[in-house]
Amino acid sequence: MIKFLLKGVFRDHHRSLFPAITVSIGVALTVFMTCYFSGFIGDMIDFNARFLTGHVRIMTRGYADNIDQMPNDYAMIGVDEILDNLHNRYPEMIFINRIKFGGLLDVADENGETKIQGPTIGIAADILSENSTELDRLNILKALIRGELPQNPGEILVSDDFAKKLEIVPGQEVTFLGSTMYGSMTMQNFTLSGTVKFGTPAMDRAAIIMDITDAQYALNMENATGEILGYFSDNIYNNPKAEQISGEFNAEFSDPDDEFSLTMSDLKHQSGLSDYVDYADHFIGIIIFVFIGAMSLVLWNSGLLGGLRRYGEIGVRLAIGEYKGHIYRSMIIESIGIGVIGSVFGTIIGLLFSYWMAVKGIDIGSMMKTSSIMFPSVIKATIVSHAYYIGFIPGLLATVIGTMLAGIGIYKRQTASLFKELET
Amino acid sequence: MENSKIISIEGLIKWFPIGGGKFTALNDINLTFGKGEFAGLVGPSGSGKTTLLNIIGSLDAPSEGKATVLGQSIGELSHKKAAKLRNEHLGFIFQTYNLLPVYSVYENVEFPLLLLGKNAEERKKAVMDALEWVGLTDKIKSRPAQLSGGECQRVAVARAMVKKPVIVLADEPTANLDAENSHNILQTMEKLNSELKTTFIFATHDEKVKKYLHRKVSLFDGKVSQDELVEKVGNG
Repeated sequence: MIKFLLKGVFRDHHRSLFPAITVSIGVALTVFMTCYFSGFIGDMIDFNARFLTGHVRIMTRGYADNIDQMPNDYAMIGVDEILDNLHNRYPEMIFINRIKFGGLLDVADENGETKIQGPTIGIAADILSENSTELDRLNILKALIRGELPQNPGEILVSDDFAKKLEIVPGQEVTFLGSTMYGSMTMQNFTLSGTVKFGTPAMDRAAIIMDITDAQYALNMENATGEILGYFSDNIYNNPKAEQISGEFNAEFSDPDDEFSLTMSDLKHQSGLSDYVDYADHFIGIIIFVFIGAMSLVLWNSGLLGGLRRYGEIGVRLAIGEYKGHIYRSMIIESIGIGVIGSVFGTIIGLLFSYWMAVKGIDIGSMMKTSSIMFPSVIKATIVSHAYYIGFIPGLLATVIGTMLAGIGIYKRQTASLFKELET
Repeated sequence: MENSKIISIEGLIKWFPIGGGKFTALNDINLTFGKGEFAGLVGPSGSGKTTLLNIIGSLDAPSEGKATVLGQSIGELSHKKAAKLRNEHLGFIFQTYNLLPVYSVYENVEFPLLLLGKNAEERKKAVMDALEWVGLTDKIKSRPAQLSGGECQRVAVARAMVKKPVIVLADEPTANLDAENSHNILQTMEKLNSELKTTFIFATHDEKVKKYLHRKVSLFDGKVSQDELVEKVGNG
C-alpha cells in the first residue's frame, strides 16, 4: 500500500514537485538567513573582541564608568605586576594591555607650519615585540594597504582613508597632539610606516595604530595602561566561563567606593553586545516563525487546491471502502515525506548559498560611513552547526500543518454525497 | 432471481432537511434483492434512485425504517464498519468512471485488493482475471488518459469486480458512453452476473440499460411505483 501511494506521489507532480519546491525555497531561505545573521553577529562579536572588548576586559572602575571618553587619567598603574598576577591566576587565558586615546594628527608643510590636521583615535598595542600576538589579533598584516609594518619605535600606522584625507604617504612625518594621563598637553612626532584598512567604518575613518611603548612614552604612561584585555587561549569565546571568571575577579578586587579599584567585564555584557546576541536569537526565532506561518499558508492553499483536484480520487477511495482516517493519515505521511525531501534539498541549497556568502560576503560599508559601531563592513555568512537541522522545523511543520488544515475537508465530507459529487 | 435475500428494505423513509422543513426523497420503500439479481432502479430524475443506491451502498443511512445489507443494518453501522462493508462486499461503478489518473489500468484495478490486504500473488491473479473479463489485458500499462470512454468504463467494471463482491452498485454506468460501448459494457456485466452470481443493481433512466435488466423497480416521487420481473429471451 505504501509503495502504491508513493507511486502516486512521485507521478503526480502537483502533489510532490510543487510542495517540495515550496518547502525547499522556504527552508533554503531559513538556513541562509540563519547562517547570514549568525555570521553578522558572530563577526561583530569577534571584531569587537579583537579590537575593543577582549573576551574579558579589566579597567579601573573610574575608567569603566567613563569609557566613552577614553579617560586615561583613570589608567591602572603597575601593569607588569598586574599582568603577571593575571597570568598566574588564569593560565588558560592570554592577557595583553592596550591604550586607547584621542587627539589630533597634524601634518606640516615644508616650512614646518600646519598644513592639515584632523582628529584621530589611537590604539596602542604591542606590535613591535618579537613574540607579539597582537599583529594576528588585530589582523594588521592583512589590513596593510600601503607601506610596511612599524619596525622601530616612533613608527605608526594610519588608516588608509585618513591618510588620503591628510594627503600623507608612508615615510612622511606627522605630529600627534594629545594629553597625557596627568592632563598635560603632549606633542610627539611619528613616521608613517604604512596605511591600513580594517573594513570597519569606525576604525577606517580616523585611526592610528602605534606600539604600546611609544604610547606610554607619548602619554606619560610608563608601566600604566588604560585596559587589559583577556582572551581564551583557543580564541573561542566561552560565555559561562567568562562570566564565572569576571564574577570571581570582581568579588575579590572591585570596590564600589574606590574608583581606581579594578573591575572585569565579560564580552557579552560590554558595549550592549548582550542585546545584540539576544536580538540575534530572537531574530532567528522570528524568521523561523514567519517562514512556518507563511509556508503553512502556501502549503495549506496548495493542499486545498490539491484536495480539490484530488476530490474524485479521495471520493473513490472512500467509496471503495478506505477509512477516512486512513486517507487522512496517508496524506499526512505523504506531507512528512515531502517535508523531509524539501527540507533536505532546501538545507543543501541554503548551505551552499551560505558557503558562497561566507566566502564573498556583502559589502555594507557604503551604508555605514558614519557609523560608530564596531562591525566589519563586509558581512559574511557563517555556517553554524544548527543550520544543518534548523530548516527541518519550518519544512516539516509547515507541510504537516498545511496538509492537516487542507485534509480537514475529508472528515467534513459527507459520504452520502459521494455518488452525486463523483458524477459532477 | 435466486431466493437468498441479501438486501432487505422495510418501511424505508429518507428525508433531507431543507430550510426550516424537510424534503422526503424516499417514502415507505419495501424491497428485497436476492443473490445474483440483475436489477435496476429506474425512474426520472429526482425520483430517489441514487438516494436508494446510496443507502444500499452504506454511503447513507435511512431516516426511518430499516435497510439490511448482507445481514448488517445500514442505519446502525459506524463509519468504519460501513467502510469495511463496502471494502469487502460491495463494488461501485460510476457514470464518470472515476479512475485514478496517475495510476495504470493494472494499478487502478489492483487498488481495492491493496485495501483488502491481499498478497502480491493473489493480487496479480485477481487483477489479470478481472482484466480478462473485460477484455483489457493488452492495456495493463496504459493510463486512463490513454483510453477511450468505453475502455475506461471497462476498467471501472474490472475494478468493481476484482474482489468478487457480492453486490455491484452502478449509477448511470452508460450515461457517458455511445450505444456500441454501452452494449459492450452491459454484456460484460450480464456475463459476470451469470458466471459469478454477483448481484448488480443499477440506477438508470437509460433505455439501453433497461433492455438488459432482469428486474425493474420503478421509482416515482420517492415511492416504488412498479416492481416487475422481465422475461429475458435475448439481449439488447
